[in-house]
This record gives sequence, structure tokens and C-alpha cells, in this order.
Amino acid sequence: MGSGTSNQHHFAFQNAERALKAAALIQRWYRRYVARLEMRRRCTWSIFQSIEYAGQQDQVKLHDFFSYLVDHFTPSSHNERDFLNRMFTEERFPKDLEMEKCSDYNSIEVPDNYTGPHLSFPLLPDHATALVEAFRLKQQLHARYVLNLLHETRKHLIQLPNINRLSTCYSEEITVCGDLHGQLDDLIFIFYKNGLPSPERAYVFNGDFVDRGKDSVEILMILFAFMLVYPKEFHLNRGNHEDHMVNLRYGFTKEVMYKYKIHGKKILKTLQDVFCWLPLATLVDEKVLILHGGVSDMTDLELLAKLDRHKIVSTLRCKTRKQSEKLAEGKRKASQMSSPGRPTPWFLPMSRSLPSSPLHVGSHKAHKTGRSSSIPCSASLDRKELSQQVRRSVDLELERCRQQAGFPLIREKEPVLFMAEADSDAEQLLQPTQEEWKQVVDILWSDPMAQEGCKANTVRGGGCYFGPNVTEQLLQKYNLQFLIRSHECKPEGYEFCHNRKVLTIFSASNYYEVGSNRGAYVKLGPALTPHIVQYQANKATHMLTTRQRISRVEESALRALREKLFAHSSDLLGEFKKHDADKTVLVSSQLCHDQQK
Amino acid sequence: MAEDREWESTETAVAELHKKIKEAFEVFDHESNNTVDVREIGTIIRSLGCCPSEGELHDLIAEVEEEEPTGYIRLEKFLPVMTEVLLERRYRPIPEDVLLRAFEVLDPTKRGFLTKEELIKYMTEEGEPFSQEEMEEMLSAAIDSESNSIHYKDYITMMVEVQLFKEKNKVT
Repeated sequence: MGSGTSNQHHFAFQNAERALKAAALIQRWYRRYVARLEMRRRCTWSIFQSIEYAGQQDQVKLHDFFSYLVDHFTPSSHNERDFLNRMFTEERFPKDLEMEKCSDYNSIEVPDNYTGPHLSFPLLPDHATALVEAFRLKQQLHARYVLNLLHETRKHLIQLPNINRLSTCYSEEITVCGDLHGQLDDLIFIFYKNGLPSPERAYVFNGDFVDRGKDSVEILMILFAFMLVYPKEFHLNRGNHEDHMVNLRYGFTKEVMYKYKIHGKKILKTLQDVFCWLPLATLVDEKVLILHGGVSDMTDLELLAKLDRHKIVSTLRCKTRKQSEKLAEGKRKASQMSSPGRPTPWFLPMSRSLPSSPLHVGSHKAHKTGRSSSIPCSASLDRKELSQQVRRSVDLELERCRQQAGFPLIREKEPVLFMAEADSDAEQLLQPTQEEWKQVVDILWSDPMAQEGCKANTVRGGGCYFGPNVTEQLLQKYNLQFLIRSHECKPEGYEFCHNRKVLTIFSASNYYEVGSNRGAYVKLGPALTPHIVQYQANKATHMLTTRQRISRVEESALRALREKLFAHSSDLLGEFKKHDADKTVLVSSQLCHDQQK
Repeated sequence: MAEDREWESTETAVAELHKKIKEAFEVFDHESNNTVDVREIGTIIRSLGCCPSEGELHDLIAEVEEEEPTGYIRLEKFLPVMTEVLLERRYRPIPEDVLLRAFEVLDPTKRGFLTKEELIKYMTEEGEPFSQEEMEEMLSAAIDSESNSIHYKDYITMMVEVQLFKEKNKVT
């Protein structure tokens, strides 16, 4: 044994070393635990996102398919024509008559026992604030006021340009919010935390106010009310969900019909005319461009500023102007040039693989190499064969009818259907050109990607994926600093990409499930430095630990996946039988992704 | 013949490992081009059953990085290295009893718990210190709010229980 002190030192040193090792061990173990949680969270997220986007893609595909059928089916009788007419009655009646019917809200009486908020026009700030409070108390606005408000909103929107311009000189701070998707709690929270709109507090809401959540109507009422009250400071951009076709599938239509059993249809019809008048983008200090989806390599802000935005009622269905014969000829010849035509529907094989024939629908379509505006056929051979057959028979029928009618040459697009006679000029003018339609679809549906380039957004079924070079190109061309967009849910409510030149802002917290993600909004001051504020509008989530939150969201995702699998079980079984062992292993390991070792 | 079978079983083992590694890699391969952000490598490696220290992790990253670090790790480089790691059973997870003893080292008077302050001190000042975020995360689940302390034996049991359950019910 050595001297007492040296022993003590030695002992102390050993102790310290042991403590260090022990701490390191615990930390090591803990970090692994966290990593496994993170892995589970990611897998869960992909499940949700895939299901969501697949749904959108489905709708677009289905829509394209029906549109194609309708457009290329030449009815052999008057009855059939009428039937098809009725089936697709988004066709507008002479405007005035229809609008008159819908603005006839004055005849709607508000009963004495109505306990909801009352509105009178012109709207005052107090009315708007009262609306927020009333909705917070779960009251419902009477149909008469809804229609009145929508009518006034439309009047206001018509005066607005396609691209709104804001300046930080007037309102020092501008708050930009992303998708709300009917989640009223989030909107109320934003106003609570950030303050109500006022001349000093400007707001831009970047689209997707409706669908999915249960209070889309209330959100619209509040947003429109504030827009009427503070027209210079309160701005709305159109999102891809401000679209009656999309609403049919994603819940808004249902919500309106449920809440307004008598006047629901009128409200929906009026809304069509409001949505199409929503501005397409907002520009702050000529430097920050705010739009819902994104951009493409063809985005032309000058064209976007000039076009008649209200002609694009729905981005899903496009009835575009007849091209003159010459134009059609020119396009067919210039098949290698970069002017994109109407996308070949997904169920048809790509143009290049087909023999050139004047009947070929897609031959006019021009592609830039590597850039395709069509949605490619997905996997299975059967479908390709089937669609080829469909196409062949349809083309044959078309040819026969044309010959019968004595038409000289194929035109690019024949809206033969809806009018008994050839389209009148007036009708023509109500339709956007294909170029215009595509420009709008691109800014409402596109998503950024990490790779350079620009390619079709096959996941969504519309718009494109745009790379950092596309962003850079656009920013330079128009002398902009950065882009703010929404359209995609992000775990933290926001995300920078493209070298911080693109900011995604998403304001619907707990979008997939309680605890799935935060919401966020961004504030811009005169320096235009983005300042992000995050939140999660559900007290319950704050109480849960990360693990509990992840477990909960995970369960929800698995449930959703199980439902999907069940819904497609017969298809899946068929596939399994074909591919045997391999497929089985793949699927079960996917399912096990979260059940790590 | 025995060698053949052994070779075969190694081949199968390697093939299975490759599949596992690829699957984990894919979760973070956002561009679908067989690359992941280097900052996610730790998560991937850990989710594959390894429990490296931060130092060991850095060494591993150095092995799979490009000569001129791009911030991305390619699957081509990652796969062989990771396969080796898994075959050698490197960085094995820490057994429950070892973890318990580690806590006991930090609790020499054997009270059965650590106070919140003590835990914070050890985790943020010793070993490979936690970030603020990591510390807060751990505290939220570990600390018993009434006593403001962590009863580590119960804590370990709670954390490990969930893992064991999943392992027992692993679907093949």
C-alpha cells in the first residue's frame, strides 16, 4: 500500500474515470434509442405521405381518363349528347342568369331563433372579429350571410390582379401562412399568438384553406371577411384545393352540404366563381414571390400576370380553346421544339412509341428531352395493352365519324361534345389556352426537388418537380430574392431548400394525426429576413413524450395502411400469386420497418 | 460439404444484411439516387442494431465519406462497410444489466435514483455530452415530476420493455 494521499488521488482518479465511462455508456445507449424512434417516425411519415399523394394522383388519373373519354367520344344521338352534358355540368350557363340566381340571398330569411353571428355590409372590423369569436364558440353562420359574404368577396376579388403586390413600407411586418385545410384551431391559434389582422399587421394566406379538416367553411368566412375589411393588408393566394373538382373528393363539398342542407348547392356554385377569382400569387417588395405550389422551367410571370385567371375554374379539367388548323399543323411538325401541348393522358403510351398517324392524339405534343409533361403509364402490362386497345378503338370511331362529317384534317382538340353546334365564339373566349392553363397548374401543383432539372410530378398527377437550377433561373430572371410556397406538409411546419431560396410553410399542425407535425408561419420585415414561428395547436401533444407521440402517429399510419391493404386485398392477392415468394418477403419486411430488431 | 454449407449460409446472411441495410438507407434517400445526407448516417447505423459511441460513429463516417466530403454518403460505399460492421457484430447494444451498473456508478451511495440536477450534470458535462435538445428529451420521459428525480431501475425497465416486446414479436 502506498501513502494515504496518493491512494486517495488514485482512487479519485479512478472514480472520475468510471463516472466518465458510465456517463458515456448511458449517452451511447440513449442515442441509439432516439435513433430508432426517428427511424420509426420517418417510416410512418412516408406511409402517410404516400397514401395522401396516391389519393391525389388517383383523382387526377381518373379525371383524365373520363375527360379523355368524354372529349373523344362522339355521341351518335342527341340523347347521348344530352346525357353527357348533364354528367359534366360544370359547364357554365350564361353567366348573368346563374349569378343572379345565386346572389338572390336577400330572399333568404334569417329566422328569429337564429343564435349565430349576424353580418351587415359593408363589413366592419368588428364583424370580422365577431366571426372569429362566434366560430370559436362553435356557432354556424347562416346561409344568407354566407352567400352575401361570398357575393361581396367575389366583387372584391374581380378587381384584384393575378399577382398581388405588397410592400413592407406600408405594413412593417407581413405574416405568411400556409395550408390550413379546414383546421380552424390552427387559424384561431395564429391570430391569438400573432395578433388579428389590422392595417399594421398584414397577412398573406397561401392557399389550401379547405378540404380534409372539418371547418373549411368557417375558415373561408373568416379569411374573406378580413380581406373585405382590410383589402390592402390582407391577401389570399389560390391553392390547388380551391377547386370544386378537388373539393368533391377531399371533403369540402361534403362539409358544405352537411352544414347547409338547404342552400348548400347554391353556396357551392357561388364558391366556384369565388375560387377562380382568387389571385394566383403575391409579390412582396418585388423581391419575395409567394405562391402555393411552386414553379416550373416554363413559368412566365408576365404571362401569368396577363391571363384571365377566372377562366381556369378547375385545374383538373381543362377545356381549352380550339387551335386553328395552322397552329395544329405547326405543332405537329415542330414535335421536337419545346412548346408543351396538352399532356398525353396517363393511360396512353408515350407519343414516341407510336406510329405517326394523323389520328394520333399525342403527335402534336412536343417534348423537351428529359422533360415530359405527360403522366407516364404505370407498371402493369395489362393496363398498357388495355389502353392501347381503348385508344385504337376510340381512334377508329373518331376517324369514322370525321369521315362521315367530312372534316378535312384533325384538329388538336375537339370539344365536339357540349354544344349541339360548333362552339360559338363567345364560348371560345371563356376558355383559357393550353399554355395559360399549364402555367397555372404548374404554380399550384409543383413541388421542389433536390436534383437539378424539371420533370413531371407523377406523384401528384399534376405540375412538376423543380430543381434548384429552375429556382435560380427564375429568381434571376425576375430579380427576386426567394420563394415562399406551401402545398407540402413538413414535420416542423416549415422547410428551407434550394440553398435557402425556397421556403415551404405549412400551417396545419397535426395534419396526419395528433402529434404528427408542427404548424408554422413566417414573418417578413423590411429586411425580408424570414422569421419562423412554430406551434402545435393541441394541448394534449405537449403532454406526450416523443415516444408516445411517435407511437400514436405510427399506430394511425399502420391503421391507414391496413385499410388500404384491405381495400386492395383482392388485387394484392392476385399480384402475390404471380410473383410468389419475392413479393411476400418484400411486403412483410415493409410492414416490419417499424418493428426494428 | 460442411464448408459449402457454411459458405452458403454466409452468403445468405450477407444477402439478408444487404437487404436490411438497403432498406434502412432508403428511408433517408429522399432523392431516390442512393445517397443520404451524412447527418442521417448515425440514425441509420443505430437503427440497424448498432450502438456506437459518437467517436466511433465519426470514425465510421470517415470510412464511408468521399475523399472530398460532399455532405452526402453513397450507398456503394456504405453497403460494404456496414455489412462488415454487422458481420463482425461491432458496436453491440448495451445489455440491461450493464446499463444498470452504469447508473449505479453515478449513484455511489446507492439511493436508487439520481436527482434531475445530477443527471443533467453528468449527461451534459461528462462522457460525450448531450445537446440541450437531447437533454430535454431525456428528461421529459425519465424524470418523475413529483420527486424531480430519475429512478433509474424503473426507467430502464420501461425503456427496455418496449424494445423486448418488439423483438419477441418480430415477424420473419
